[in-house]
Amino acid sequence: MPFLLAESAATSVPTIDEWVLWAIIASPLIGWGLIVAYLRKIPVVAGGVAIATIGVSLALSFFALFNVIDADGGILVHTHEWFTAGSLSVNIGVRIDGLTAVMLVVVTSVAFLVQLYSTGYMHGDTGYGRYFAHMCLFVFSMLGLVLADNLFMIFIFWELVGLCSYLLIGFWFHRPAAAAAAKKAFITTRIGDLGLLAALLLIWTRGPGGSFDVGLIQEWATSGEPEGWIITLFALGIFAGAVGKSAQFPLHVWLPDAMEGPTPVSALIHAATMVAAGVYLVARFFPVFEASHDAMTVVAWIGAATSLIAATIAIVQTDFKRVMAYSTVSQLGLMMLSLGAFGYVAAIFHLFTHAFFKALLFLTAGSVNHATNTYDMRLMGGLRKYMPITFATCVIGSLSLAGIFPLAGFWSKDEILLDAFRENPGLWFVAQLVSLLTAFYIFRAIFLTFFGEYRGGQPVDPHDHDSHFEGDPAHPHEPPWSMRAPLLILAVPAIAAGAFVINHSFRDLIEGALPHALEHESSFEWSIAISSTVLGVLGIGLAWAIYQKHWLSSRSFAMGFGPLTALFEQKWYFDKLYEDFLVKRVLQSGWNRLLELNDKYVVDGVVNGVGTVARVTSDRMRVIQNGQPQAYGLGFAAGILVVVVAVFAANPL
Amino acid sequence: MNSLDVVGPQLAVLIAAGIIVVIDAVVPHQRRLIPYVALAGLAASALWTVSWVSRGYEDDIFGGTLALDEYAAFFYFLFAGITATIVLASIDWVEREGRRQGEYYVLVLTACSGLMFLAAARDLITIFLALELSSIPQYILAGWGKDEKSSEAGLKYLLLGAIASSLLLYGMALLYGLTGTTLLTEIGSEVAANGADNRSLLIVATTLLIAGFGFKMAIVPFQMWVPDVYQGAPTPVTAFLSVGSKAAAFAVVTRIFFEALSPEFLSNDWSMVFAVIAAVSMIIGNIMAIVQTDIKRMLGYSSIAQAGNILVGLAAVSAGGGDAFKLGGSGVLFFLAAYAFTNLGAFVAIIAISQQINSDRIKDYAGMWKRSPFLAVMLAFCLVSLTGIPPTAGFWAKIFIFNAAIRADLAWLVIIGVANSAVSAFYYLSVVKQMFLGEPAEDAARVSTSPSIALAVGAASIGVLVFFVIPMPLLSAAESAIQGLVPLT
Repeated sequence: MPFLLAESAATSVPTIDEWVLWAIIASPLIGWGLIVAYLRKIPVVAGGVAIATIGVSLALSFFALFNVIDADGGILVHTHEWFTAGSLSVNIGVRIDGLTAVMLVVVTSVAFLVQLYSTGYMHGDTGYGRYFAHMCLFVFSMLGLVLADNLFMIFIFWELVGLCSYLLIGFWFHRPAAAAAAKKAFITTRIGDLGLLAALLLIWTRGPGGSFDVGLIQEWATSGEPEGWIITLFALGIFAGAVGKSAQFPLHVWLPDAMEGPTPVSALIHAATMVAAGVYLVARFFPVFEASHDAMTVVAWIGAATSLIAATIAIVQTDFKRVMAYSTVSQLGLMMLSLGAFGYVAAIFHLFTHAFFKALLFLTAGSVNHATNTYDMRLMGGLRKYMPITFATCVIGSLSLAGIFPLAGFWSKDEILLDAFRENPGLWFVAQLVSLLTAFYIFRAIFLTFFGEYRGGQPVDPHDHDSHFEGDPAHPHEPPWSMRAPLLILAVPAIAAGAFVINHSFRDLIEGALPHALEHESSFEWSIAISSTVLGVLGIGLAWAIYQKHWLSSRSFAMGFGPLTALFEQKWYFDKLYEDFLVKRVLQSGWNRLLELNDKYVVDGVVNGVGTVARVTSDRMRVIQNGQPQAYGLGFAAGILVVVVAVFAANPL
Repeated sequence: MNSLDVVGPQLAVLIAAGIIVVIDAVVPHQRRLIPYVALAGLAASALWTVSWVSRGYEDDIFGGTLALDEYAAFFYFLFAGITATIVLASIDWVEREGRRQGEYYVLVLTACSGLMFLAAARDLITIFLALELSSIPQYILAGWGKDEKSSEAGLKYLLLGAIASSLLLYGMALLYGLTGTTLLTEIGSEVAANGADNRSLLIVATTLLIAGFGFKMAIVPFQMWVPDVYQGAPTPVTAFLSVGSKAAAFAVVTRIFFEALSPEFLSNDWSMVFAVIAAVSMIIGNIMAIVQTDIKRMLGYSSIAQAGNILVGLAAVSAGGGDAFKLGGSGVLFFLAAYAFTNLGAFVAIIAISQQINSDRIKDYAGMWKRSPFLAVMLAFCLVSLTGIPPTAGFWAKIFIFNAAIRADLAWLVIIGVANSAVSAFYYLSVVKQMFLGEPAEDAARVSTSPSIALAVGAASIGVLVFFVIPMPLLSAAESAIQGLVPLT
């Protein structure tokens, strides 16, 4: 069936042509193909092709968004049969609704600006062409993930996105830290993907008539037909995938390490889009989660734990980019918390605003790095004077992140707090605490980086041939306009994206993607807004008092918290637990033991040359050459005997 | 009685072989034409099959010993394609080897006609004759190389093949003794009627059949020859063994289990036997493949694991019931075709590379991306398909097989299969990693690609991609081929 109407809370249907949606996905893929086939060696053109092809997707995405808005957030699905094998049928199709349209605009606009920024940031890198090829492939996969109309396609694109992330984190693969970070990210997210795979298999065996269609799964989950535990298991499988991708506790450890990749990559993939894909996935299957309160509770509290843990770690980081990374983990945790508290709209709204202000913050981090050759805040300071635009935009992003009225972050966080308060005061309390910490750590970073005296940056190492740092860290300066322009442009939504909260336009759009209207209505509440603003200002004030005015020494402040400080500085010991205990002690020693046993019993036992023949002595070689076929023949006979005996044993006469 | 028209596809191949003998003897200076004669013969064979497809089929040939049904036609196309690819990939190698060029192609074509007869055979004696027709040339081919290793491979293959053949013959004799007929369909009805009385002998006979064909399929515990022979035999021959005779063995066993030993007739459930052998084959093949340093040996072990994958489909068939019967059969056929494309693509790339770097060691593939981007990308793509990752036909192949197993309530086997796919990624992708991230040796020259190799590897890779994008035509063909087999109850 080429055209399918899904049930929607909205009444009308978008009228967008199918080819437009496919063109959104295809354009970056074409860019990738062009760069890989012809343009790897021609840097200028490679960057241009990436910008142009993603620009096409951007324009079409806006077109799609307006089309959906015109239709009051209806749902349109264009789907085609890919194949049918027995009762299993897999479609290939696109689905556009409010949720998809918003994601499309977020992905393409941030991607577009990041490409622009990258032409400046990656200037002179030997892998320039390869970089833009990977970026195009990523944008293609991400758009495919967002537009896919069934779980099967979602899974394929989900893995593809993970692969691109792996390639881009390890972009400077000759740096051991980058290669290790890429591997860590890949393996850690794979653990979560096992859950997603399990969910897929569950739908395959128990789902709605062998179909993976998103609309059908939503309907199936709400129909009351499947047993409760199946719904819960499915929801938890989906959530496990999201936990890996969105770096939620306990799989959050990969995201901070992923900062080894180029900074624009961090801005696009590890702040605005891919890590938000987990939130998107839970939102996509929100009716399933609604049908299982157990799953909802898990989502909420995992989100709460993540946001709190990450925020506490962020306050003790000395690396500018890592502050951002933990901040991202923390904010993603807030989104999950919101989803778990039935705050479906609030979560997506926060995803929307967060994408802009966090991408902005990452790009300012890249700009600072471009000037100082480091991310270590202890080597910065006083950059306000040298880099006024970077400073101003960074403050805007930080105020938005801290949730200060009337910036974008204020509105979306306010909605989350509201939903959390209605669902469970405990969740609300955690979210409030996180707000306080957020304002504190981000302004701590601002004061350390931009105020006081400049501490000289990181001198350029003449022996480091990988570094393509240009200029002199002793005299920091603003980056070229190709990098400044995206900062200024991103500052606009970081300030104003909250405006969508007025007259419920965003709410209607996002809710239209669900098969039924939400029960949980929420509206503005003065007490929540004021209390969160007060806490935000308090956090900023505290940072100001400690790091700007030095009324309180940071050391003594840290001492005041005693063992907690150590806990935060050691990142709650998660890396130690995973790497030293799980990986080294359990997995590696187990694997070594297995190999040992394999050598001892399997390899030696089956003499016939597992491993190379060369390893075996010449004496043995003769034995092998003379005796082997007989041994093989013996294996034959033994095999037959085993089968016959087994069949008789299984079916006695 | 039928005219020879009904064995036209085989005949075309054999006539080409005859022409080659003549050319080789009469006009030796025209030897370079020989491969093209072989290709022409294979093309004629495929066209002849097309004509049968359009004329409808002939189920009852030569007293019911052969069938030209959709099932046979499916494999005729497959074997013609496989052999054509092998011929293309052999041109450079045979020329360099420089001796008995004519005989090489004659043997390849003869083996091909034997494989075709196997796919069509519906009678125990015909099956045995076809098996020998395909096997004897392959024994010779395995020992074709000039080095000792190749001779050793040929001899081992011959000795063990003889054991397998004799076991098979023993099984057939028992089956004949029990039923008084050699025709598969009559064996089927006889087993259905009186099978219960002779259960124990039937079990022994069936086991012997599985052992005999298990040798060709390369499944545990009849797999031990595989690494030695794969490594020692000339690479084009290895490629032929890995897809051709394996596919033919699966073709015969599937037909036997549909037409003669269908679960509807047998009082024993063979699905558990197949399932366990499948699981063990996957596990042993994959674990052994991980530690290999020789790429041909690694692909040898990997082909054991892949045979395990295909056997999952047979387990589903034997479990029967519902649509598992059809899904398992069509899954096996789809897998065989996808695997043929994929493995051939990989092997042809390896043939081209190993001829020029004179090494099969995986570590010598380091930096192949810089030495020959085309071959590196093609080989990587085929290895990705062997792993079963999209966008490749290998992905669907695994999905269809596992789908059948799930419908046959063999979820545990699917879990083992998926886990094994993850393990296999380890060694397949480590070759990819070597090629793209490794640094080539200082003195490494570019690796060139001859037109025939480029055509062979390109066609195989395009097949792998195309059958990912549009799997439905191949799957429908496999489904209708299987439906033609459904027993005569």
